[in-house]
Amino acid sequence: MSNSSIQGVVAPFDRDNIDTDQIIPTEYLKSIKKFGFEDYLFDGWRYLDQGRLGMTPSERSLNTEFILNQPIFNKSTILLTRDNFGCGSSREHAVWALRDFGFRAVIGSSFGDIFYNNCFKNKILPIKISKENINRLFELSTQGPQSFTISLIEQEIKADHDISISFEVDPNQINRIIHNLDDIDITLSNKEYIESFEENRRSERPWIFE
Amino acid sequence: MNNTLYDKLWKEHLVHTSDSGEALIYIDRHYLHEVTSPQAFEGLRHKKLAPWRLNANVATPDHNVPTIRGKSFTADSIADEVSKIQVVELDKNCHEFNIQQFDIESQEQGIVHVMGPELGFTLPGMTIVCGDSHTSTHGAFGCLAMGIGTSEVEHVLATQCLKISKLKNMQVIFEGQLQAGVTSKDIVLHLIKLIGTAGGTNHAIEFSGSYIDSASMESRMTICNMAIEAGAKVGLVGVDQITCDYVKAHSQLSSEQFELAQNFWKTLRSDEHSIFDKTISIDVGVIKPQVTWGTSPEMTIDFDEKIPVELNVSAEELENFKLAKAYMGLEGAEKLQDLSFNRVFIGSCTNSRIEDLRSAAAAIQGQRVSAKITEAIVVPGSGMVKAQAEAEGLDKIFEDAGFLWRDPGCSMCLGMNPDQLQPYERCASTSNRNFEGRQGNLGRTHLMSPMMAALTAINGTIPDLL
Ligand code: SF4
Repeated sequence: MSNSSIQGVVAPFDRDNIDTDQIIPTEYLKSIKKFGFEDYLFDGWRYLDQGRLGMTPSERSLNTEFILNQPIFNKSTILLTRDNFGCGSSREHAVWALRDFGFRAVIGSSFGDIFYNNCFKNKILPIKISKENINRLFELSTQGPQSFTISLIEQEIKADHDISISFEVDPNQINRIIHNLDDIDITLSNKEYIESFEENRRSERPWIFE
Repeated sequence: MNNTLYDKLWKEHLVHTSDSGEALIYIDRHYLHEVTSPQAFEGLRHKKLAPWRLNANVATPDHNVPTIRGKSFTADSIADEVSKIQVVELDKNCHEFNIQQFDIESQEQGIVHVMGPELGFTLPGMTIVCGDSHTSTHGAFGCLAMGIGTSEVEHVLATQCLKISKLKNMQVIFEGQLQAGVTSKDIVLHLIKLIGTAGGTNHAIEFSGSYIDSASMESRMTICNMAIEAGAKVGLVGVDQITCDYVKAHSQLSSEQFELAQNFWKTLRSDEHSIFDKTISIDVGVIKPQVTWGTSPEMTIDFDEKIPVELNVSAEELENFKLAKAYMGLEGAEKLQDLSFNRVFIGSCTNSRIEDLRSAAAAIQGQRVSAKITEAIVVPGSGMVKAQAEAEGLDKIFEDAGFLWRDPGCSMCLGMNPDQLQPYERCASTSNRNFEGRQGNLGRTHLMSPMMAALTAINGTIPDLL
């Protein structure tokens, strides 16, 4: 799969302020692993019973009305939502759960700041567009399941009826998604900056280093 | 000069800006807890890296720890196997990487944001990060403090730096004197009601004004703590004599170091003519005690106000509104006073400091918890808070009234330990988030001040008069 475009079925979540506690409830934060969170994404809405870390969907009682439990949306790669998605707790598990489920992009009118950053670290593209454009995309979704194509290079969402919506995103961040770069490697490749800064700081503000 | 405090802190810590405009910021202090660190340590191990600067890091387990521990309790005594794994893993990682930890057996252990400042690890002017959104708390000391994700925890461990973009400046001016029965918690809930949970997104909020100037460090911490519920990952208060006095009483610095540092700390205020992207002024004198009715911290009303009805809600917000009302089980209730409570939780990094416990204890001294309340717990924020409260006899006041006096931890703020709500239980809580399921599956949370929660325990309902 190319990293320069994202294509696939769109799951519309017509709700504001979806916080990271809803994306993945506290119970699953007990895992010390970085993968394997797909079954717990939106757990409180997806299942009728209360789950525990380690349980599989076959042991659970599914809420068949929940969008991601409908066969067509089960393979969604793009999530469409509204305002302030991912607010609340800093838990990166929320992004891991989205990623493990198969999402590669989230489109909304605004995001929780920490969540927004966490997305890039896991190569999920958070896309901020205006409320009017969000309305257009939701309107389209009411006509039945939609597929979008998102070009990371042109920074553009393409949908049916010749809809195309461009978006802005930090070029450094998008570059890291396209080229699958690692932040720590990049930072350490210039470690002399950190070393000299630290040396200065140690002499100017010695109490920090006590 | 026209620099805001945030701008000053940013410049002070800017290591480098890349050709493509990306900033690298140096991190002075890094707090760690058991929930958001295991995957970061795993990453270090995988890359064969050691922490960049060991003494920047301070760790403690807080989210998973049971609050009934007593003497000789160890990580192995934790009954919940999955919780135990995380606490043991933090032990293991701290030993392996040589990181200072206040473990579950330590007298000082506590919620990291309560423990850090009182042990003197939080010093004015620092950059402070932690894999926890309520790191904004430390902004009360004029620190650039913010929550980060686990990948960033790993990045900070490995490089002592963070790649971040600069936030915008927002100023919230709190002027005036509080009415009796009103606390810093009410002030911040009121602000969130006004600006909404996305109101501070992408901004650092600096709190100032005559109310802040006279507020204690505990009150300032409560306000900065909930900056994140107003959408801002950074909350800030300029340094003044109150800050320096607190630090003097808590830090381990020698008197020479302290004097040297203090001269610098006193410069950590926004310049008189600095420009903010947004400014809001609030007269705190008109604020009443605040209580949340819904499932987002912005769903807040005065304690004696009517619960909002559909008629007054915009079309855009109607769907969220109906969901929140249904979740909270508010059918037939006109006022908050019509709701019966099952549980009371006094604790969390918002309201578990000594000032909070004093105000709750003073409100209920000599009274009894209502028979309608199944359980009312008081969870001090740290070992030091607990010891201080016991020295003042607050534990006795609570216990005589029928409250349970617990050991420190996050507890029912998020219920990773055994302190959880049962489905449909209604809880008066001094924590910071009333999200669906936050305190237990299908549990119903009403956020309020420690004084209000304590009185709710006595009444079984929200009091209608103060
Ligand atoms: S007390 Fe609550 S909000 Fe604070 S750190 Fe613990 S879980 Fe997070």
